[in-house]
Amino acid sequence: MKLTIQVNEGPYQHQSADSAYFFTKAALEKGHKIYRVFFYHDGVNNGTRLTTPPQDDRNIVNRWSELAKEHDLDMVVCVAAAQRRGIVDDGEAQRNGKDATNIADGFRISGLGQLVEGAIQSDRLVVFGD
Amino acid sequence: MSEIKKFMYVNRKAPYGTIYAWEALEVILIGAAFEQDVSLAFMDDGVYQLTKGQDTTGIGMKNFSPTYSALGDYEITKIYVDKESLEERGLSLDDLQHLVWEDEDEDWAEKDSIRLVSRTELADVLAEQDVLFNF
Amino acid sequence: MAMLHLVNKSPYDASSLETASSIMKGDDAMLLIEDGVYAAVRNGKAAASLEGLKVSVLGPDLAARGIGEDKLIDGVTVVDYAGFVDMVEANDKVQSWL
Repeated sequence: MKLTIQVNEGPYQHQSADSAYFFTKAALEKGHKIYRVFFYHDGVNNGTRLTTPPQDDRNIVNRWSELAKEHDLDMVVCVAAAQRRGIVDDGEAQRNGKDATNIADGFRISGLGQLVEGAIQSDRLVVFGD
Repeated sequence: MSEIKKFMYVNRKAPYGTIYAWEALEVILIGAAFEQDVSLAFMDDGVYQLTKGQDTTGIGMKNFSPTYSALGDYEITKIYVDKESLEERGLSLDDLQHLVWEDEDEDWAEKDSIRLVSRTELADVLAEQDVLFNF
Repeated sequence: MAMLHLVNKSPYDASSLETASSIMKGDDAMLLIEDGVYAAVRNGKAAASLEGLKVSVLGPDLAARGIGEDKLIDGVTVVDYAGFVDMVEANDKVQSWL
């Protein structure tokens, strides 16, 4: 089956960011196709490479980046939600005159249409949030 | 795009206290461009999104409640409101905005968008859908 | 057109379990995850809301919260993440009662 996953909460604040990761990983291990992982609301904070969790804790952002690399995942951060919360890539920095970027490897910033299109193209939409 | 899917946006959160209601509305508006068969449901605290008389001047936030009355222009004409959720909050249909759409096939006759439904009827409507967006 | 209902909140804090159970139909299934797992504890007040429903709990979330499987309501099944994926596949759509 083809899946789109929506992640609504930021890392460390709410377990849903972890649940979404473990679900996505399990689906891939079972041979399902992840059409897209879409980060919305505070979920966009999963996509900042500037986090520094303590050594003895999981690194949620890196975990996503590694999973994306391994499985060629399409991980999309919603642009409207990202702009509000300060998640920036090169294009956004240029457009909005920001002096830095913070998007992590494997993430890209794009529009909400990507969520809707993901739901159209996939067999299931699974939402993780608060 | 392939075949048309039945899309239902399930709204269960009150506005302003958290951003979910507003960002849900942003998805609904963008989603309208994809020409799917769209319905909205408002239940639990989600019914508070549709109340009349919202005035946010004192809290420094944008009042997005007028946007709901524009949904008809986006061809979103099926808005299910859970009667039980309204009643248990001491509300009735009169406390909600009057949302309408214009029916092109009937000389642009104005029709009500809100359909007040029982929990059982809402369960039937949800069961018919292809995709549920959860907010 | 069976539906999978995901409940991730404690029934002692939120109404989502009650709402989910009022919407559930004959073929539907419920999976309790995160703080939702507390609903599956036998003798809890919330147990009544689950009567007659097809309910599973996510094992890792149960274990994290120190709830032994012997504490669960009879008939509630425990699944791992792979089982979670299977449940998503076995149902036509998913409703997360956020």
